[in-house]
Amino acid sequence: MKLGRHSDLPLKGDATGRFLPWLVALMVYLSAVSLAGVFVLNGLVRSWDHDVSGTLTVQVQPVPGEAGEALTDERVRQAVELMRRTPGVLAARPLDKKQILSLLEPWLGNTDVVKDLPLPRLIDVTVDADANLDLLVLADRLSRSVQGATLDDHRIWLSRLINLSRTTEWVAIAILVLIGCVTSATVIYATRTSMAVHRGVIEVLHLIGAHDDYIARQFADRSFALGFSGGLMGLALAVPSLTAIGWAARRIEGGFLPSLSLPVSGWVMIGLLPVAAATLSMLTARVAVHATLARMP
Amino acid sequence: MRHNRRGEHIIRLDSVGLRYGLGPEVLRDISFALPSGSFHFLTGSSGAGKSSLLRLMYLGLRPTRGRVMLFDKDIALTRRYELPALRRRIGVVFQDFRLLDHLSAMDNVALPLRVRGVKEAEVRKHVPELLNWVGLADQINAKPPTLSGGQKQRVAIARAVIGRPDLLLADEPTGNVDDHIAMRLLHLFEELNRLGTTVLIATHNQGLIDRFPQHPRLHLERGTVFNPEEVPV
Repeated sequence: MKLGRHSDLPLKGDATGRFLPWLVALMVYLSAVSLAGVFVLNGLVRSWDHDVSGTLTVQVQPVPGEAGEALTDERVRQAVELMRRTPGVLAARPLDKKQILSLLEPWLGNTDVVKDLPLPRLIDVTVDADANLDLLVLADRLSRSVQGATLDDHRIWLSRLINLSRTTEWVAIAILVLIGCVTSATVIYATRTSMAVHRGVIEVLHLIGAHDDYIARQFADRSFALGFSGGLMGLALAVPSLTAIGWAARRIEGGFLPSLSLPVSGWVMIGLLPVAAATLSMLTARVAVHATLARMP
Repeated sequence: MRHNRRGEHIIRLDSVGLRYGLGPEVLRDISFALPSGSFHFLTGSSGAGKSSLLRLMYLGLRPTRGRVMLFDKDIALTRRYELPALRRRIGVVFQDFRLLDHLSAMDNVALPLRVRGVKEAEVRKHVPELLNWVGLADQINAKPPTLSGGQKQRVAIARAVIGRPDLLLADEPTGNVDDHIAMRLLHLFEELNRLGTTVLIATHNQGLIDRFPQHPRLHLERGTVFNPEEVPV
């Protein structure tokens, strides 16, 4: 970007040059955190959305007694058969005990103590999202055909969770927009202050025939440089913070929480924040200078 | 590039009035025209409005009434984006010089060329020549705060004439220099005038005016302009 262009205005010594980069750094830091939140939530929503539209769970209560294990296995087999015969069901896969215990592990810790308890058996059912399956009818048929079998429809609570996540996502986007507005307002204030300080120089340039854009370009170049340096500082602060949050999140994953890692596209967008902040500063300064110069004769 | 032929009016003011805010009119019913290629002195007592009149002429102010025609354009009807092109045809020597303190004499004089986008090689060729001509060859890199009043004035004059303007407006351009330098500067203005520049010099210096009797005078009194012969008693 045109950082080294000739300038007639002594903008380098301005007080705005001292506070604007720090302010932009803070804004870029907050933007990076918000943006990371948007990407993580978006990933969660997508993953949950996929789960909601693509899967069901059939639960088969264990049969107590000596022959209970074999009877339970038979009921699981019947339930799997029934699900596989149902139009719109793509797959039905019974989970073995080890898999069921691993699902319980995040909640109960060491599963050695519960492995001998009669646990409900689970069947993971994959359905065609476009098949428009009537779950109430299917649940009724299942409970009548296989004793102790119920259909676990997690669509309702997952939908509410997704709604909550989507709302939070929109709030994070609104925060990003607000950060952009605050940055613009600050740049406008800084630019107007700088113009007031250099009014004499601006008047001379104006009177010897400088176009408004000739003057505005000098303020815009300066704002770009300040915004970019501030943006890099903000990025330098944000990357360790996000890395630390990601590291902490990975430690509590393992079924309890879905993946909270930031996708590559998220890192790219965060990496572009300094350029975005600098461009916003540059455009805002340019517009502010043009608006002020338009009032000169 | 000169657009006006000798004899045509380079600037014309018709019934122009000017007031600052809600104050009294400092200029009223100003009507005169400067033919292309003319050389005039503008005289008048202190506070008569000479600087205000010059500001109107170099488009630093808009009149509160009347019409200003500059280079055949009615200023009131000229679009804002067209004004810089008109300003570039005017060289101004401000009474308070208005040099940029953070720039060297060289860069101050180069400003009008850089604003026009003249190539740096041309700038580096012409500006030192002119500074040499006004006797400031040894001050080319000096910044205004280190220059004397007379030196600043010469830098201001060099900046006003570097672009070979069609109209040169000078507000007390010899106020801070000795007679020898004043004569030299006046000869520079005459040289420019011979090359086609229309010149208007506002001055108090009666001795200087008397040395150039061939140039007519405009006299500003009580906010309006007269030819000296017509000044009311």
